[in-house]
Amino acid sequence: MWIYQKKLEFPINITNPDLRIAKALMAQYGGPDSELSAGVRYLTQRFTMPDDRLRATLNDIGTEEIAHWEMIGTMIHQTIEGASLSALEAAGLLGYYTLHGHGVYPSDPNGVPFMASYIQSTGDPIADIYEDLAAEQKARAAYEHIMNQTDCEQYLAPLRFLREREVVHFQRFSECMNILKEIYPNGRQNKLCK
Amino acid sequence: MSQCELQNRISEVQFVCVELNLYLDTHPADQDARNDYYSYSTLLAELIAQYEAEYGPLQGFGHSPTNTGCWVCSEWPWEKR
Repeated sequence: MWIYQKKLEFPINITNPDLRIAKALMAQYGGPDSELSAGVRYLTQRFTMPDDRLRATLNDIGTEEIAHWEMIGTMIHQTIEGASLSALEAAGLLGYYTLHGHGVYPSDPNGVPFMASYIQSTGDPIADIYEDLAAEQKARAAYEHIMNQTDCEQYLAPLRFLREREVVHFQRFSECMNILKEIYPNGRQNKLCK
Repeated sequence: MSQCELQNRISEVQFVCVELNLYLDTHPADQDARNDYYSYSTLLAELIAQYEAEYGPLQGFGHSPTNTGCWVCSEWPWEKR
């Protein structure tokens, strides 16, 4: 089970809201390489991992991703809360407002809703960990694209933290891949059913 | 420490614990990291107990034994300060 802690992993307080950034942040709330994708991916793949260290890594990074998802949702919420229709329109968010008002919804910046097809769970640990390595790199790139769009420290500080977490998670998944190479020195051919 | 300062201190120590936890997931036999994890976990528990005694529960489902404040009435982390 999970226990909720009534605090963020990293402090966020947006007092200079920028709606363009809220739109960009939706990439990390409901897009293909979002924190939601990451959390669901790892917490789902963990069930078929063949080693305690791999199960622990997917369980714990998956848990941290949910805390990151909460940080992104907080930034979006604090930015669009109370925004006027004209400001939303200027930021290209009138379509979003039509569907979701000032609510926070897991879609990407173009309005495409979150889909489970963004992730895989193959039951094959080598395939899954390779996907996870790629996912961390794609999320790092996305954070850099968002950071390129602002000079505001209220956004940049938490974004810098989140970007760095992608780098650390990639490092841990690299170690998971080394563990898999120890477990399957000849690949997974010996696991073929026929 | 003010509520905000204490919360930030908890976040700092908790971050060390998260980092050590993930490292230990792939290096469970590293005794130095295990010692660090133990000492920072102890410090984190002390800070959380101090926070909860002064400002109310941080965790739900019975994990915050305190008579101060209440779970429902404290502010949610996404609310602006």
